[in-house]
Amino acid sequence: MKIAVFVKQVPDSAAKITVENGVVSWGDAPLVINPWDEYAVEAALLLAEKHGGEVTAYSLGDENAKEALKHALAMGCQQAVLISDPALANADTAAVARALAAAAQKDGAELALFGKQAIDWDSGVTPSMTARVLGWPALSLVAAVPALDPAGKTIKVERAIEEGRQVVESRLPAALSIVKDYAEPRYPSFMGIRKAAQAQIPSWTLADLGISAPANTVETLGISAPPAREVSNEIITGDSPADIAAKLVDKIIGEGVL
Amino acid sequence: MDFQLTEEHRMVQNMVREFTHKEVIPVIKEWDRKQEMAPFILPRMAELGILGINIPVRYGGQGFDYISLGLVCEELEVADTTLRVVMSVHMGLNSMALLQWGTEEQKQKFLVPQAKGEKYACFGLTEPGAGSDVAGMKGTARREGDEYVLNGEKMWISLASKAHHALVVMRTNPDVDPHDGLSAFILELDRPGVKTGDIHGKMGVRAGSTGWISMQDVRVPAENRLGEEGEGFKIAMSCLDNGRYTVAAGATGLVRASLEASVKYAHERKAFGKEIGQFQLVQQKIAYMMQSYEAARLLYLKSGWMKNQGQRNTKETSLAKWYATDASFEAASEAIQVHGAYGFSDEYDVERYLRNSKGGVIYEGTSEIHQIMQAGYALGYRQDAELRCELPAYDAEYWQAQG
Repeated sequence: MKIAVFVKQVPDSAAKITVENGVVSWGDAPLVINPWDEYAVEAALLLAEKHGGEVTAYSLGDENAKEALKHALAMGCQQAVLISDPALANADTAAVARALAAAAQKDGAELALFGKQAIDWDSGVTPSMTARVLGWPALSLVAAVPALDPAGKTIKVERAIEEGRQVVESRLPAALSIVKDYAEPRYPSFMGIRKAAQAQIPSWTLADLGISAPANTVETLGISAPPAREVSNEIITGDSPADIAAKLVDKIIGEGVL
Repeated sequence: MDFQLTEEHRMVQNMVREFTHKEVIPVIKEWDRKQEMAPFILPRMAELGILGINIPVRYGGQGFDYISLGLVCEELEVADTTLRVVMSVHMGLNSMALLQWGTEEQKQKFLVPQAKGEKYACFGLTEPGAGSDVAGMKGTARREGDEYVLNGEKMWISLASKAHHALVVMRTNPDVDPHDGLSAFILELDRPGVKTGDIHGKMGVRAGSTGWISMQDVRVPAENRLGEEGEGFKIAMSCLDNGRYTVAAGATGLVRASLEASVKYAHERKAFGKEIGQFQLVQQKIAYMMQSYEAARLLYLKSGWMKNQGQRNTKETSLAKWYATDASFEAASEAIQVHGAYGFSDEYDVERYLRNSKGGVIYEGTSEIHQIMQAGYALGYRQDAELRCELPAYDAEYWQAQG
């Protein structure tokens, strides 16, 4: 079966993000593959290893996004495709979902995997919106896939929800967003690194995808940094660890934290 | 002149950094306190292919170049010196010697399992009474028919108690110039008569294995001799060209670790109403660390580039090793100063950096030995004679072919 996994290039989680005059900057911090997407790549590779099939990684963005794709290739994806078009430069989530859906369809994917969210905008809705465009079931927050039947076109997943695990069965094709519990992402292998470094990654424009420029549905009116919060530190002392712990508990309850 | 790392290089760096940040850095302090090598380190490095990074694929390695080896060593030592030491002995001093001097049979028998990480390797040159004075070693190998009989003791041997194979240099002829009477042997450490053990109470590299190898009437087949009889000194010196390269790259990583820790702390710590990074004397320390990091990096990368080209690099590697290890000691000491009293405690990593940096200015040629070497080159007293077997230049096609 064909598995599509969607990855995004984002600023490193350790980057110091600043907002000035409505412009977000991460300085000279490196761009990396969205950490949540690494779990999606891992899930895609594990599913392909267990049930057969091949995994193609897609990323929407400019040339820089190829870094994320190369990371996915080095982890073991068979192919990678960049979706890049000037008309997508300021695309919102709905517009992005249309482009990603077109890519999944063009490739004949039967499973579309996503990280549960991207650490830059944190909207967390791209998987569901892409599923909506495709008309596929959206299986969000997937922590495990206990059963997958490519021939019978069914999939059973465990969703990690606040109350615990919810087991859901669905038809294929389907779109899944993957959470951390699924499996620890593998490191790129040295052989994978060589393959990725030598790979020529094709770029698909909107014309290649056979769609016109999707319209944004959301207009960003302004961006501002959250107000700085006053923080004070207090070191709790006591005669014994038990005494310190008791004082700490009193503090936590007293401050209404719990 | 191209100072740009290739995409492959950067991805190798990132991969090793990801490994150390996820698996090593969170736990290394505890292993350093326990003065034990974490049992997962060697198998994990093997599994990830790190132990064969720059060995051709046909010999079980990953087929990357010598610069990649340097970059790996830099990343490993940012986490802890003990990981880089693994590369120094397993790869620099042993596996690369097999690649350079070994027969095809020796490569198949010893190099392939080492590059695959199925066997670990170490290097035995130093003796209790012979360090810098290599030719003064006492350990002997006596020829008896198709075998050699080894007797002696090797000291300060990294991975002595963990390795399966050791490359040992022994005296085979006491009647000639001491430099011409040495020979090198591949010694399987499970042979009868071999004993190994760890040395405790070290100042640094506490999360690593440093030990001794004792040989009493150890019989080794003649096919285990590396190179010709009497070639041991030259082989040992060529091993050091590779070992010192890994030390130089690693020490560069230690400078970087001290720099990064100091920058972080200089932003966090406030004194007299502002963060201490605002004070010029703290800035000066950080500026020197920047300076030495960049210089050390250029020196080791040049040495790696020369190895890639197949150029003799004894002089350049010695300079890189001398400079980087001295710089790492200085940087770690100044990093403690930036951290003030906290730097004096093991709550922060910088005191470990200082303890670990001290070994680097002693092993694989003390700083004093390297000064004598550099002066010798400058004054024209020292020239590098051609070797019968030079380290092969990196040829991507050959390195990456299955063979």
